Amino acid sequence: MARPAEPPAPFRIVGRPLPRFDVADKVQGTTLYAADWRLPGMLAGRILRAVYPSARIRRISVEKARALPGVAAVLTADDVPQNALHEDPTGLGLSSFATPVLAADRVRYQGEPVALVAAESEVLAQAALQAIEVDYEPLPGVFDAGTALAADAPRVHPDRENLLIHWKLRQGDVEGAFRQADAVVERTYRTQRVDHAALEPEAAVAWVDGDGVVTIRAATQVIEHFREIAEILRLPHNKVRVMAPFLGGGFGGKEDMTVEPYAALLAWKTRRPVRMMWTRQESLLARPKRHPFTMAYKTGATRDGRLVAQEISLLADAGPYPLLSPRVVFAALVVGCGPYRVPNVKIDARAVFTNNVPTSAMRGFGAMQVTFAYESQMDLLAEQLGMSALEIRSRNFLQKGDRLPTGEALETEAALPRITARAVDALGERSRPSAPSGRVGRGIACNMQPYGRTVWFRDRAQAWIGFEADGALVIRAGITDLGGGQAASLAQLAAEVLGVSPDRIAVHIGDSALTPLAGGTFATRQLYMSGNAVVKAAGELRAMMIPVAASLLEAAEPDVQFAGNHAGVIGAPERTIALARVVKECARRGIPTSLLSGFQGEHAAPIDLETGQGRTFPDYTFGCHAVEVEVDAETGTVRVLKLAACHDVGRAINPQSVEGQIQGGAVMGAGQALMEEVAVEAGINLTTLFAGYLIPTAMDMPDVRALVVESGEGKGPFSARGIGEPPTGPPPAAVAAAIQDAVGVRLMELPMTSERVFDAVRARPARPEHEARGKV
Amino acid sequence: METAAADAAARVRVRFALNGSPVDVWAAPHETLLAVLRDTLGATEVKYGCGEGVCGTCTVLLDGAPINACLLLAVQAAGRAVTTVKGLGAEGRLHPLQGAFVAHEAAQCGFCTPGMLLVAHAFLADHPRPTRDEIRSAIAGNLCRCTGYTRIVDAIEACAGSGTDARGEPA
Repeated sequence: MARPAEPPAPFRIVGRPLPRFDVADKVQGTTLYAADWRLPGMLAGRILRAVYPSARIRRISVEKARALPGVAAVLTADDVPQNALHEDPTGLGLSSFATPVLAADRVRYQGEPVALVAAESEVLAQAALQAIEVDYEPLPGVFDAGTALAADAPRVHPDRENLLIHWKLRQGDVEGAFRQADAVVERTYRTQRVDHAALEPEAAVAWVDGDGVVTIRAATQVIEHFREIAEILRLPHNKVRVMAPFLGGGFGGKEDMTVEPYAALLAWKTRRPVRMMWTRQESLLARPKRHPFTMAYKTGATRDGRLVAQEISLLADAGPYPLLSPRVVFAALVVGCGPYRVPNVKIDARAVFTNNVPTSAMRGFGAMQVTFAYESQMDLLAEQLGMSALEIRSRNFLQKGDRLPTGEALETEAALPRITARAVDALGERSRPSAPSGRVGRGIACNMQPYGRTVWFRDRAQAWIGFEADGALVIRAGITDLGGGQAASLAQLAAEVLGVSPDRIAVHIGDSALTPLAGGTFATRQLYMSGNAVVKAAGELRAMMIPVAASLLEAAEPDVQFAGNHAGVIGAPERTIALARVVKECARRGIPTSLLSGFQGEHAAPIDLETGQGRTFPDYTFGCHAVEVEVDAETGTVRVLKLAACHDVGRAINPQSVEGQIQGGAVMGAGQALMEEVAVEAGINLTTLFAGYLIPTAMDMPDVRALVVESGEGKGPFSARGIGEPPTGPPPAAVAAAIQDAVGVRLMELPMTSERVFDAVRARPARPEHEARGKV
Repeated sequence: METAAADAAARVRVRFALNGSPVDVWAAPHETLLAVLRDTLGATEVKYGCGEGVCGTCTVLLDGAPINACLLLAVQAAGRAVTTVKGLGAEGRLHPLQGAFVAHEAAQCGFCTPGMLLVAHAFLADHPRPTRDEIRSAIAGNLCRCTGYTRIVDAIEACAGSGTDARGEPA
């Protein structure tokens, strides 16, 4: 595939830890997030949510609520022009699924939206919610993914079975290989439901603009949802506009629509601006979570530690609607064996419908859960074979050109030996226990995480770049910025190519009407996709302007460079002119100084559905985390003392931002390892207070040593790889290994709370102290 | 409905100082300082994150001490001095803490940042030479989901002992 034109190294701007323009705004409190928007006459919008996880709605009475003074609208399913979100769960056109916008005759999870109100104030909106009467008939439900497929299980959807998706992967002869294996480890691992817990709860302001366009300014990762909102309102797609201001965090939790269709419906019906803000408690109750996975692994290796076979069964609880579940378990299928060569593989990955809270995208997207399983398996195999954790991994690391379980070749260098050595070295000297009951242990875990969308989605991103008359540059790109520096990195890339200083660049993002669509910010795709689009657009713009600059400078075109807001002659520092001068000359000659360009991601035919063989993701990011923990052998409390996280990012466009992604992702992964859990019992969510859903505080985690390897092998701009999601993956397995090193017990269920560690230690047969030491 | 009428009738006048300027507002007795700051006074730099006093995004300084504005009734602010992040730094110039947060990229999404800065500012006023552990303890009531905290601690540590007041002027 054609690569965008790149200026020669060394780089002037790329690779420098430049301060981000958006951070300068954020520290002053001037950034206007979704909930900070105000319009005259704005109403407060609220949602009435189901109190049962599975029930028939016999009747909804809204008359009392509608009669209240100050109430502008009360809407139920009957008021929604098209009360269905049509989804193609696999993206392969195999089936379609209609998810209701508002529950009509049946609710399928606790917290499902049933009715909407808009009123003059939040207080009045709340009063209106309380005045709506819903007559429910509770029904039996499916509350456990493990029994969802039983013959006598109730059906979540009467017209279809509870199996949402079953992906298969078949390579080689698994049974034959297991017969040849010298060591076989068979275990089942469980991960929990996790909330994204972005500090910004979901919010939007929606209004019908003067031209009749329904406009929603929302905390969303995906402005392309304007299409689905238009379908719901039965409007032409060009009559709905979604704007995404800077987000207060997303992590996949704002990838599916949250507030958008509801705020839009209320604004559309009332013809007044409506602000809808979900409370933290609503967000915890009902916004989709990370999938809990049950993962049965059987792994075989030869005496010298070479993996010969892996048989894997993955089961994910999807909740009652598809959302992105089929794609999450697909990612888990593709990287189910981790960053290792395995010649014989059989994987079955299923997601099933239940009446639990929905699950969908979250940072790590299926690839995160399986890391806990495959890395634990590696440690257990090493133990059985008398090898170190490092040794067994080193013998199996994927290398460029190796065949993945999907049959496709790994096209870039994985750099795993280098990555792993750096992570392990960074731990330094082993800490001493802080108390007599303290036991210190260490563990490592490696991972691979795709970046970019599955190739059969034929991904595309556009960017529009142009000079203003004064030589300032404007970038327009329909990306959303979740806080990872998505916008600032585009400025840094354009600055490199066009020689404009970053402070002379304005980046306009996140407006489906005015910025060219770039696809949402998810799948660790924005640097890869929009970064490439911006570099391509900037390169094309540069190519148009160079001849003009050359003639003004009376120099040959190859001798002309753009740097420091000037065009100049290479090797002749005195021969420069301002870029603004070049822009003016272009205008005089009728040469455009602005253009729209696009980057087409890799694409290929879908995989074979029976064998999972084919092309899947464009590329992967590899990493290794090394942790040191102290376990209190008397209480089971685990404290992370050191955490070193190393990833190959191909090239760090902004090293400071890269390190920030690694540090934050590692702590999110460590939170999942040790403390976080959305507790759901019989469909009832027990963790709807932030006081009950624990995410790491500054006191729970150590400083994270972020280590960056630059292999120059990625498929993003200037050979960068994506780094948004990958760092969440390794911590749970690394912490599990460290706990085993410390107290000799292996936990196979997350989170590894003090209770679980305590119970495991108590149940452990007596064994000599320090036996497990020294594996790392 | 009676709620609305009762609401309007029961409103009380509350006067306090916001970032050094006097404000004079009417608030319902049940209204939190957070609601009045955001919805009545347009001080949207104060964020709603949970409404339970858990996340710290709504932190403001009340007479110099950090509090969760979601847990304080607006009427309780009467006669007090309320400082938001916009009260840090002088016109057109960043407070050293704000500058350090930019230089260290101690903010990603920035939603926790206003509260984090105010807590850090109050903490440094009393602890000019803190250890990293003391900094971590000081900001433990302010959650951040993006950074993993390391860079926030870096930025605060870099400002330790700089001896400046709320506006960034030498104390």
